[in-house]
Amino acid sequence: MGKTKDKSGPLARRPDNSAFKQQRLPAWSPVLTANTVLPFFYLLAVISMLLGVWLLLLVQSTQEIKLDYTDLGNCNECFDLRRNVSNAAQTCSCRVEFSIDKTFKGDVFFYYGLKNFHQNLRRYMDSRDDGQTVGWIKKLKNPSTYCEPFAKDEDGVPIAPCGAVANSMFNDSFTLTYHSSSGRRVPVPLLRKGLTWYTDKNVKFRNPRTDNLTLAQVFEGTRQPLYWQRPVYSLDPHDPNNNGFINEDLIVWMREAAFPNFKKLYGILNRADANFEKGLPRGNYSIDISYNFPVQHFLPIAYLVTSSLILLMAVVLTVAWWKFGKDGKNMKE
Amino acid sequence: MERFHWVRHRCRQLLSVDSERGWYSPPDGFPSKSSLQRVSGKRRTVLARHGPHQQEYEAVSRKYKGNGIRTTKYSLLTFIPMNLFQQFHRAANLYFLFLALLNWVPIVEAFEKEITMIPLLVVLTVIAIKDALEDYRRYLFDKKVNNNLVRVFCGKQKSYVDRCWSDVRVGDFVRLSCNEIIPADLLLLYSSDPRGVCYIETANLDGETNLKQRQVVSDSSLQGSDFTPESFHSRIECENPNNDLNRFKGYIEHSGEARVGLHSSNLLLRSCTIRNTETVVGIVVYAGHETKAMMNNSGPRYKRSQLEKRLNTDVLWCVALLIVMCLIAAVGHGLWVKNYRHSVFQVDGEISPALAGFYVFWTMIIVLQVLIPISLYVSIEIVKLGQIYFIHNDLDFYNEQLDSRIQCRALNITEDLGQIQYLFSDKTGTLTENKMVFRRCSIYGVEYPHVENARRLEVYEAEQNEAAGHTVTLKSVCSGKSMSCRSLSCNRSSVSLHTLTAESPEEEDQLSNHAAARTGAFCSRMAKDVVPDPELVRKLNSLCSSTLRLRDSSTESLSTLELTYITDFFLALAICNSVVVSSPSQPRHVVPEAQAPLKSLEEIKLMFQRLNFYSFSTPQIKSSPRSFTSKLFTRGKTGSFNFNTPPSNSIDGSDLALDTSQETCTLKSKVDLPDRWDGEDSAARRSLEDLENFRDLKGDGDGAKQNVDLDRDVQSDEDSDDELLYEAESPDEAALVHAARAYHCTLRGRSAKSLLVDLPGIGSLVVQLLHILPFDSNRKRMSVVVRHPLTGQVVVYTKGADSVIMDLAEKRRGSEQAQEIYKHIRQQTQKHLDMYAREGLRTLCIAKKILEEDEYEVWLKRQLLAESSIENQEELMLDSAERLENDLTLLGCTGIVDRLQEDVPETIEALQEAGIKVWVLTGDKQETAVNIANACKLLLSNDRLLTANCGSKDACAALLEELLIEVRREVDGEESSLHSTSNFILVIDGQTLEWALQDELKASFLELSCKCKAVICCRSTPLQKSQVVQLIRDKIGVMTLAVGDGANDVSMIQVADVGIGISGQEGMQAVMSSDFAISRFKHLKKLLLVHGHWCYHRLANMILYFIYKNVMYVNLLFWYQFFCGFSGSVMINSWVLILFNLVFTSVPPLIYGILDRDMPADTLMKLPELYGAGGTTKIYIPATFWITILDAFYQSVVCFFVPYFALAGSDVGILSFGSPINTSALLIILLHQVIESNTLTWIHMLVLLLSTILYFGFVLIYSAFCVVCSHPTNLFRVETVQMSQPLFYIICALTTFIALLPRMLFRALFNSLHSSATLRSAQRDEEAAERYRQRMQRWNMKHTGPSSLPVCADNPGLEPSGDEVVS
Repeated sequence: MGKTKDKSGPLARRPDNSAFKQQRLPAWSPVLTANTVLPFFYLLAVISMLLGVWLLLLVQSTQEIKLDYTDLGNCNECFDLRRNVSNAAQTCSCRVEFSIDKTFKGDVFFYYGLKNFHQNLRRYMDSRDDGQTVGWIKKLKNPSTYCEPFAKDEDGVPIAPCGAVANSMFNDSFTLTYHSSSGRRVPVPLLRKGLTWYTDKNVKFRNPRTDNLTLAQVFEGTRQPLYWQRPVYSLDPHDPNNNGFINEDLIVWMREAAFPNFKKLYGILNRADANFEKGLPRGNYSIDISYNFPVQHFLPIAYLVTSSLILLMAVVLTVAWWKFGKDGKNMKE
Repeated sequence: MERFHWVRHRCRQLLSVDSERGWYSPPDGFPSKSSLQRVSGKRRTVLARHGPHQQEYEAVSRKYKGNGIRTTKYSLLTFIPMNLFQQFHRAANLYFLFLALLNWVPIVEAFEKEITMIPLLVVLTVIAIKDALEDYRRYLFDKKVNNNLVRVFCGKQKSYVDRCWSDVRVGDFVRLSCNEIIPADLLLLYSSDPRGVCYIETANLDGETNLKQRQVVSDSSLQGSDFTPESFHSRIECENPNNDLNRFKGYIEHSGEARVGLHSSNLLLRSCTIRNTETVVGIVVYAGHETKAMMNNSGPRYKRSQLEKRLNTDVLWCVALLIVMCLIAAVGHGLWVKNYRHSVFQVDGEISPALAGFYVFWTMIIVLQVLIPISLYVSIEIVKLGQIYFIHNDLDFYNEQLDSRIQCRALNITEDLGQIQYLFSDKTGTLTENKMVFRRCSIYGVEYPHVENARRLEVYEAEQNEAAGHTVTLKSVCSGKSMSCRSLSCNRSSVSLHTLTAESPEEEDQLSNHAAARTGAFCSRMAKDVVPDPELVRKLNSLCSSTLRLRDSSTESLSTLELTYITDFFLALAICNSVVVSSPSQPRHVVPEAQAPLKSLEEIKLMFQRLNFYSFSTPQIKSSPRSFTSKLFTRGKTGSFNFNTPPSNSIDGSDLALDTSQETCTLKSKVDLPDRWDGEDSAARRSLEDLENFRDLKGDGDGAKQNVDLDRDVQSDEDSDDELLYEAESPDEAALVHAARAYHCTLRGRSAKSLLVDLPGIGSLVVQLLHILPFDSNRKRMSVVVRHPLTGQVVVYTKGADSVIMDLAEKRRGSEQAQEIYKHIRQQTQKHLDMYAREGLRTLCIAKKILEEDEYEVWLKRQLLAESSIENQEELMLDSAERLENDLTLLGCTGIVDRLQEDVPETIEALQEAGIKVWVLTGDKQETAVNIANACKLLLSNDRLLTANCGSKDACAALLEELLIEVRREVDGEESSLHSTSNFILVIDGQTLEWALQDELKASFLELSCKCKAVICCRSTPLQKSQVVQLIRDKIGVMTLAVGDGANDVSMIQVADVGIGISGQEGMQAVMSSDFAISRFKHLKKLLLVHGHWCYHRLANMILYFIYKNVMYVNLLFWYQFFCGFSGSVMINSWVLILFNLVFTSVPPLIYGILDRDMPADTLMKLPELYGAGGTTKIYIPATFWITILDAFYQSVVCFFVPYFALAGSDVGILSFGSPINTSALLIILLHQVIESNTLTWIHMLVLLLSTILYFGFVLIYSAFCVVCSHPTNLFRVETVQMSQPLFYIICALTTFIALLPRMLFRALFNSLHSSATLRSAQRDEEAAERYRQRMQRWNMKHTGPSSLPVCADNPGLEPSGDEVVS
């Protein structure tokens, strides 16, 4: 390699006799034959099987309850009301009651879900301005054209947060109540913080710099999205630090779901409360939601099916090898 | 494409005209009307540049091109615009551009605007860099040529000064000396040769190495000893530049004098070499691109490889697929919009479904653009560059003698090498060395097998096959040589004969390489050194010694008649030719003044009287006049040979002793010869004589003293011998002269009227040359009429094709006994001729005829009449020649080897086994062509020769029909019985070919030739060669390869799909126009069988893989459309999406395409059947394409839906969903390649690893730091979060397993249950060989114990049958 070649000799143009140049590099030829593949197949089958079983156990230990509240209880009234966009300002509340047969042990997460809501629509996804939500003052008053037609209202006032995604933010609120066996109604404490990724809350979504101004003053000159009932700086009346672009519900919503049927995190059971230290006890609850989905079993089942498939193939291959290939003509080397 | 090339060509022309006008830098404002007219007319006027007519010169030659050449496509300035223009001519790049522009339409915009530009920019840059490098290479080559120096007359200094070729202008006087290359087309004005001729070698132009004579403008005022350019006031009018090499018309007009016509023999063509002439001066009439050589060198045809054509149709399929997918999306979106028109997530709700669908259609085209494998085109180019690199570096294509590698000139057709079905080969210089070597001869009906000579040739061959391992030892031999060679007594006895002869040619090669001195045409060592046949030497010697033993003729072992035959035979060989004798120091040996004889002539006279006494061919003994015989002896030196010296030792050495020791000669030579052979190369041919001397001397008492004398004499003789260089018009002649020289019949000099010849035992004789009847193809013979130096008779020596001479020598008159003897000779000679022909030797017959004086007088009158007649001169000459050349006495025949290049038969055999039809197209005559075909195993003994020689078109039509019927019957009959290829070989001559190529007969010629195993076209013109290739290429639609070495093959090389030039010592024209230039025909075998096979497999596999990769990846995006309302959303960040193909998965396929080896090289060489042309092993066919597509679909379904089902209904974000999909896609794609690869080296591993690392690295870093980038698909933190979760890996693993499972299973099953029959047979062969080896070992083991039989050890045939060993 490092040898300097004398290029003036009579054989100056003779090519190097190196393994690389003469295409004689030592090479491993992965000729897949039954011999080489079979052990691998068996191994794979075993691994898949183990993984599948492990996952299955994992899945079995988690519980899920889904409630579709569209038509449940008195929610259909609200549903009808909301069908008309012009009624957006009217309030509507409803109650759904349900019961849990088994205690939800450990951490309990509350999600809201939507069906056939195409958050992944290209034009919908486009319609947002990450520059605005990251807190650039310039963008606040001058949202990106991507936000059209939700960049400015009819009067030309910029919308904050602009765009179709923010505009259509899911803004139902839920209060979960536990009907204890004693008949006492205990409100289930939900943590409404820590729903988002840390970086989303601290880096990707920032309020414009306030400089001693209140949040309301900062957002002056902008208006709330058309469908919203409250401006962005007062989304959370309880926690002033959860307002503006860093509102966790907004951040959760702004991360567009992959599929038209999706759920988004609403809250986490606060297990600091003595009643719910061990999770969500069994009993009756009331909430506006109901709809029962089967538990997600796909992955473990897929693994198990794959495992058996591989096993089947391996057996077939073994038989084939036994019957045809064993006389060694092609198996040799 | 064609049109574009034309445009480019025009551009280049315009540019070059501009630049060259700059070179001329003529002061403007000289537009004299007359000169303009002349320029615009069909003629060109050439004036001396520094002559008196300065103004007129400038005006006239303003428009003439300078001698600089420019073959580059671009210049620095024009590179960017022209290269862009050229690149955007490609549909692929236009498509890219279209996509980039489409993305700027807001309503269909899919990605950020800049992103879609990236692929385009990358592609353009890569190609531009490649083009620039290519052009730079051409530039360097041009520069090298342009900067060659030549001596040009300078007006200011009034002398010749060195100038670059590029500075030579029309009207310049150029002075060239021997062995210089002609820089431009010159009109020959002066030659140092007193006859005003000059010899040129046109090897660079047409590959012919024979010398061509050029004549100084036939104008006495110019030719003279003192030619001064200043005094040249003439005006030359000639044709405008054209590309006809053999046409030149014009006249030279002196001021006020008459015009002198000019013709092509006055023109020295660019790139030819001056030979054998000391100095010539010429005036440049055409320069640079206007020279005939350059005009012939039309730029290479743009060759598009077959595979790429196939690829294009598949790309069209991909386009169709794309459109279907986009249509599905469009329709789906339309329907979706209809259903969800007023949803809260609907951004532009008012849009009509149809319009929305229409927009989505275009969006989807942008999103799914990767489906069209655009980067594939770039990748293919890069892969081909890599393949070229390896071909270029192959050690097997290196030729040590020439220090040359293979040259790959076309970069885009490597895989065509693996698909060749028809191979068209030139003969001379391609199949053969174009070096004729005397092999054996038959005289007087006695065959002299020249065993030693044959061995010598074999040794040469063996030596050439060997690697230059001995270089070091050779050098020492070389250096030692100069000191030791002068003494015969230097002993290096330890070295055997064979090793010495094996090494010596290398010595010479080295020497010639270093000295860079070309010693003239056909003076290869091999041709020069003929080892004489000992038997013949003995007879020849006894001729001499017989003079001393005249009286005891009863004990003679050979008849004196035979002796005359032998002497005449060698005399004929030496003089019946047009060979020019020269030496490096002395341009030409002219016959020196006859010197007074130093020795008594008695013996010689006696001998010839005696010979004539028995000779019945001479009706009457004519005693030569003493005055004449006394002239014969010119040098006393000849007397130094023992058989001439009359001292006692020759006499007392009895005849018996002489004979017996002669018999031991061959044995002795093995022992004794090396002693002297290692001393000096040239000593070899003398060695036998020396041996003779030694033997005689040893038997002698005072041998030592004699020895010294002899040494001196031999040396001095050798010195003069060495200077002789024979330059012949045809290599055969040179071979014969050299053969004669080996028997001491040395041609020493030639003048117009006489020849100087050394005869053994007699010395130098002046032979009076009366006439030469030159060779012509009708007579197929040539004759010389001389006055015999010894008898004084007029003798005709004729040399010609065997068929002709045998006919002419038929009738004999004379006595009964004589007739009988003669008949016997004829029969024997015919037998030998047949044998030679079977051996593939070129045969020539030598005959003579003795003319009576009056007979000669009569003929002479007619001949002079014929010569002087103007009307039908040719006819009369022919007539006259025929009257002379009859009643010949057959002397004997010679067998000349037009030595095949090494391994040619093996190569042809292998190529034929590989399913390639080999055609030979040659300008040579039919017999030679058939001979060579025989020799190179193209023509086997049981093949049936179909010969087509027709005199008219109708005859040709009829013949073709007839042959076709015959062949059809035979072939059809065979096909029904068993599937064997036909063994018909069609031999067709140029004239017949001319008719066969006409439109009406094309079809039948085509059918006939297709049914034949091989076709040999002889006497074909360059145009016909290209027509034949074109016919086959276009009408049958097969891949054709043409290989040739000369300019006569250029057109054929350019027409064929793959053109290969053989770059021997000569001929750069063929190389310049070829796609690949090799130095030996045998290189074709590896080039096609190994590299062609590999290149094709690699490229085909890579293309399939590429298509798979794109389809698989793009379909992921397509499946997602079913979940996002067909809106064109992507779940993958747009940068990752674009870079996925461009960066993350681009290098592994390249490596795969460059380095993969489906089979090792030696297997491919051993089993030519594995070559792909047969069609059975084709990879890139529609079936494989669709299987690939299907597999890609399957994998994409798995790759998409496993993560989908795993994550459906969860709170997964769109990009978080894309993350495992993208990662598993990468893994699947890379592992798929691992499965498909046949070989994995560390480079593969490294690249695969790098790809993975690059992907993860990019994605992680990008997602970690880019907060607001890539607008709708902001990846911020998505990947980092995903990759920190086990779920991600669980999904990826499952996806990858399931996706790759079928292919793995298929491969495993395929490899286990099916392996190609050829491979299996190869394995069986190997096993058999191995078993045999083991058996032999065991056998040896068993037998070496008690009684060893070493003979059997290496002779498997002698293995005792009783020793059957269990296999």
